[in-house]
Amino acid sequence: MNIAELAKSGKFVVTAEVGPPKGVDIEELLHDAELMRGRVDAINVTDQQSSVMRLGSLATCRLLKEKGLEPVFQTTCRDRNRIALQSDLLSAYVLGIENVLCLTGDFVALGDHPQAKPVFDLDSVSLLLAARELERGHDLTGNELKGAPHFCLGAVVTPGADPLEPQLIKMEKKVKVGAQFFQTQAVYEPEKFEEFMKAVAYLNVPVLVGIVMLRSAGMARFMNKNVAGVHVPDSLIEEMDQAENRAQKSVEIAARLIKEMKPMCQGVHIMAIGWEKKVPEVLDAAGL
Amino acid sequence: MIISEQKPLPEILKSLEGEQRIFLVGCKGCAEACHTGGEAQVLEMKQHLEEEGKTVVGYTVADFLCDKALVKFTLKAHEAAINSADSLLILTCGLGVQATAKVVDKVTHPGCNTINMGGARGEWRGEERCLECGECLLDYTGGICPLTACTKGLINGPCGGAKNGKCEFEPETRDCGWHLIYERLKKLNRLDKMRTVVTPKDYSKMQPPQQLRTTIMWALEREDKEEKEAIAK
Repeated sequence: MNIAELAKSGKFVVTAEVGPPKGVDIEELLHDAELMRGRVDAINVTDQQSSVMRLGSLATCRLLKEKGLEPVFQTTCRDRNRIALQSDLLSAYVLGIENVLCLTGDFVALGDHPQAKPVFDLDSVSLLLAARELERGHDLTGNELKGAPHFCLGAVVTPGADPLEPQLIKMEKKVKVGAQFFQTQAVYEPEKFEEFMKAVAYLNVPVLVGIVMLRSAGMARFMNKNVAGVHVPDSLIEEMDQAENRAQKSVEIAARLIKEMKPMCQGVHIMAIGWEKKVPEVLDAAGL
Repeated sequence: MIISEQKPLPEILKSLEGEQRIFLVGCKGCAEACHTGGEAQVLEMKQHLEEEGKTVVGYTVADFLCDKALVKFTLKAHEAAINSADSLLILTCGLGVQATAKVVDKVTHPGCNTINMGGARGEWRGEERCLECGECLLDYTGGICPLTACTKGLINGPCGGAKNGKCEFEPETRDCGWHLIYERLKKLNRLDKMRTVVTPKDYSKMQPPQQLRTTIMWALEREDKEEKEAIAK
């Protein structure tokens, strides 16, 4: 079942993310994904995360699929124009990949090829629109397709954005053009997330709350200073600071956040950022 | 010299939907030379709008609408009429629309598309930027250009990268374009504009026609030719 069908069936959906390597040594990624087998409903594969050139999401998704794991193909508008994006969507379909997460993508200057020409021919909203057009049997310009694909389309939202309203307006547009599920930016404040969920209840779309595992107090402070829409409360930073075993504490905090927010939403999306091997521990501790 | 062409009347009328009292603004600079926003075209537009049942509460044709000091000065003389208007329709390039939006707290509709000349830029340059995209979106964005104000040139709303109203690309100095657009539309009570799904842009319109690549004097040459033809008749 794809993510939207799972959410519809009433199951609390669990997804986690893996990031392809910079290079072709795929062994560790496949090993990490293997550890998640049976524990998560689907595995997101990032698309050159943080604008750093890596192995592609599409090829990696296919490798997961061959192993019987359910991938979520993350695709951004940063590096490809509408011709390449539509083509990759068709490619995903023939490779058996159904879940597609449509994102705008980070700006190129923040990655390891700051000299690159940014594309952004489409944006997250029009990428969703393009995917829906393909499903209707024609491309963005209306040319007929020989065989139409089918997708389960996802999108992202930042519940902690300040002000929140522009994010909500864009989320509404994404639903309008066909987003069937949302995975969120990292959330560390359940009270604020509850308010967010109340504000988007009218959209009637499954939301998987984003959990980014804290690696250290320093990382939390860095995110507070630099990452838009993410706020780690002082109490959590202090907990990380005083922890004897940081990894254990990180698992404990992630599990606690999941337990607290589980009743508010339809699923969880765990971004371990290097600690993928700990995802099963988080799920154990969260009772999932 | 910036080359513009008027948007089709149905598109203009659609952007004015729900608004009765309109103030028209033209420009004696490039827009007059292009026959898109000089006094003659402003009066023509006045007639079109009145035929459609709109009330044109006033009009002005500024010397250079890209020069904000002049815009302020010119519009000041029409303060009462502008205050009584639901919106302004600007028959100029994208710079004129943006400059007007900066000095008037009213919705400013672009009545023209700015045609790409392949790199040439106008005089009186301020902080506003126009990419001459040939498909003006300023109507959706409160008179702030999303292609130039947003680092990524997004047309459907902000990405997740803005913090404290600043862009992640230059977080100390660069405003998030969509934050500015949001604040502006909120102030104008027109956030509905932001809810519109804007379909992908036609970037082929950014390929300048051969005519415009050969000479920047195109508009003047056309006038010259028309004059000669008139004399010949």
